[in-house]
Amino acid sequence: MEALEQIKARLETAVPSAKIEILANDCALGERSLLVDGASGFAVAQFLRDDAQLKLDYCSNVTGVDWPDKELAEKIKVKQVVDGMEKEVEEVKKTLRHGYLEVVYHLYSMSLKHGPVVLRMRTENRADQTHLPSLTPVWRGAEFQEREIYDLYGVIFDSHPDLRRILMWDEFEGFPMRRDYVEPDDFEYEPTPHDEVLDAAKKHYPVEVKPEVKPEVKA
Amino acid sequence: MAERVFDLALTPEKFAMIDEGLKSELQKQGVYVTSLQELYNWGRANSVWPLTFGLACCAIEMMAASMSRFDLARFGAEVFRPSPRQADLMIVAGTVTKKMAPLVVRLYNQMPEPKYVIAMGACAISGGPFKQGYNVLKGIDRYLPVDVAIPGCPPRPEALIHAIMTLQEKIRNQKLTGPDRPRHLNAEIEGEYPVPAYGKHDLEPPNNPGLWQPPAIQR
Repeated sequence: MEALEQIKARLETAVPSAKIEILANDCALGERSLLVDGASGFAVAQFLRDDAQLKLDYCSNVTGVDWPDKELAEKIKVKQVVDGMEKEVEEVKKTLRHGYLEVVYHLYSMSLKHGPVVLRMRTENRADQTHLPSLTPVWRGAEFQEREIYDLYGVIFDSHPDLRRILMWDEFEGFPMRRDYVEPDDFEYEPTPHDEVLDAAKKHYPVEVKPEVKPEVKA
Repeated sequence: MAERVFDLALTPEKFAMIDEGLKSELQKQGVYVTSLQELYNWGRANSVWPLTFGLACCAIEMMAASMSRFDLARFGAEVFRPSPRQADLMIVAGTVTKKMAPLVVRLYNQMPEPKYVIAMGACAISGGPFKQGYNVLKGIDRYLPVDVAIPGCPPRPEALIHAIMTLQEKIRNQKLTGPDRPRHLNAEIEGEYPVPAYGKHDLEPPNNPGLWQPPAIQR
């Protein structure tokens, strides 16, 4: 298969309006991915499937990622004049990265036996602009997985044929796989609580709960 | 003597008074002495038909138990019925999600009396490893009267066989008359259980208060 840079260059000529970026990956495998803006996502997907050299006809996996708002801290060396001497001082520069929801498609070619090409799309934010184009018309197998992402992350896929909740019931509110989802507080007493369960136990039982100690039996 | 042997209206109390030695002596001569209760329970205990019904990996062990290696047929429980109308026993084999719980209760309500429930595996008993999650019911005993609980994750087929034997023991010891007779012989006790509704975050009600109450701490 051709290099990702080559695919990107050909995509840019085929879909001129597309904003495409190659995302690096820090992990050991270093699988890089194509980041596409939502507006041209559908055209890009069609190109990837129909192009004679790529023929990415199989979408093996669709998944969602939640990126909450995060304060990024960066250390910068700044030159300052201290007591008449010029010194290099480290300063921490903080920037706020606005959160967004991300959808990741893993694409393979069955006919040309190559892949994967990783395609990513991001929403504007996590609150009200969570629309992305559905790629179900391109890859039919994405239907249930897009429904699952809608169910658990709240990404709204435009032009999806049947966008309903798939795992949770229809009356359910909220998106449980988001990092800030608050679970219903139905704590039940546990004899050996730990971690978050211990915190919940302390909240429900303000007095310290001690485990039962059996009296020693003297022989 | 003859009067006692041919007393067809022998009550269990009178029957218990008959000497074991006399019974075995009579049996050797081809006279079988029994009570209606014992005969009735013997028949019921040896033809417990479970519902074909599995929810997760425990169902695989349940299938294994019914196959030739473990051969559940030895206990008269090999006829897995595909309809709740023909089943006597519900083996809740696996994780009961909150989405599935109302359907499980409805299936139980559709079974004719007498009916029994085996909670198979850690999930069916308490929610198991998913107890702290948002989508798994913390034990089917919140909505259904469980007769036998099998611990394990998943329990071995031997454990299921043991549970069936325990249930058979329970059936054999049930009295047909008197105040502590089982539910199917007591018209005053309701055999149907309320089906919970889907709420915004949890089932409503979260448990059947007549059946199950949150455990109180001993201080």
